Amino acid sequence: MTSMKRRIFLKGSLATGAVGMAVSTGLLTPRDSLAAWSKTAFEATDVNGSVAALFGSSNMDQSDKIKIKAPDIAENGAVVPVSVTTSIDGVSSISIFADKNATPLTADFQLGPGTEGYVSTRIKMGKTANVVAVVKAGDKLYSSSKEVKVTIGGCGG
Amino acid sequence: MASIKMRAKITDGVTTVKVLISHPMDTGLQKDKKTGKKIPAHFIQEVVCKHKDTTVITANWGGAISKNPYLSFKFSGAAAGDMLNISWVDNQGEKDSTEAAIK
Repeated sequence: MTSMKRRIFLKGSLATGAVGMAVSTGLLTPRDSLAAWSKTAFEATDVNGSVAALFGSSNMDQSDKIKIKAPDIAENGAVVPVSVTTSIDGVSSISIFADKNATPLTADFQLGPGTEGYVSTRIKMGKTANVVAVVKAGDKLYSSSKEVKVTIGGCGG
Repeated sequence: MASIKMRAKITDGVTTVKVLISHPMDTGLQKDKKTGKKIPAHFIQEVVCKHKDTTVITANWGGAISKNPYLSFKFSGAAAGDMLNISWVDNQGEKDSTEAAIK
């Protein structure tokens, strides 16, 4: 009889253990509270798909008013400095993509009313690829790209 | 945990802000060389910078931002001595914030 009770007790504690696990894993998943953080856009595997997830459309005009400053050859793909400057009026967002990365979207910047069309950051690049900047101004999307060669050997090729 | 370093400097009405955050920025794709297990994704998802009550910039980041992220931007409409507030949240729910005066 005592051993039976022990069985039941063990079963019970295991069950609550499982529930506890479920709750804690539920808490650990990325929260929905970050409404602006688009999971679809960050997990998209191509630039157009990601742009569509971010802005609802992937119709982009090439623009020479967007300047991307990045090295021609990056010896270390883990740290590639990228600056985007645009002279387009009324810029509301700037997004930076590395088109050969498994998930191309690296960053999306929402700019406030007084913020200038300029951002600078450092991104990771898996291999030689185009760095694509997409700028939203008014209802239109503009893009520009620049090729960055990534050397893995680190000999400065 | 002071993970943020921020400098803001005003010249001719335009404030240039430079931010350096210490964070591992793990993509979730890398393997630990010793154990062979994947290192779980751990990266900053959102950085918000505020001047008074106006949001100057909201950065949504993925795992493809380099370790110990650097961010720089410019905005107008502030004066020397104003306080800037910056905060970040990562995908594991950790967060930090700090304030700095514009010089």
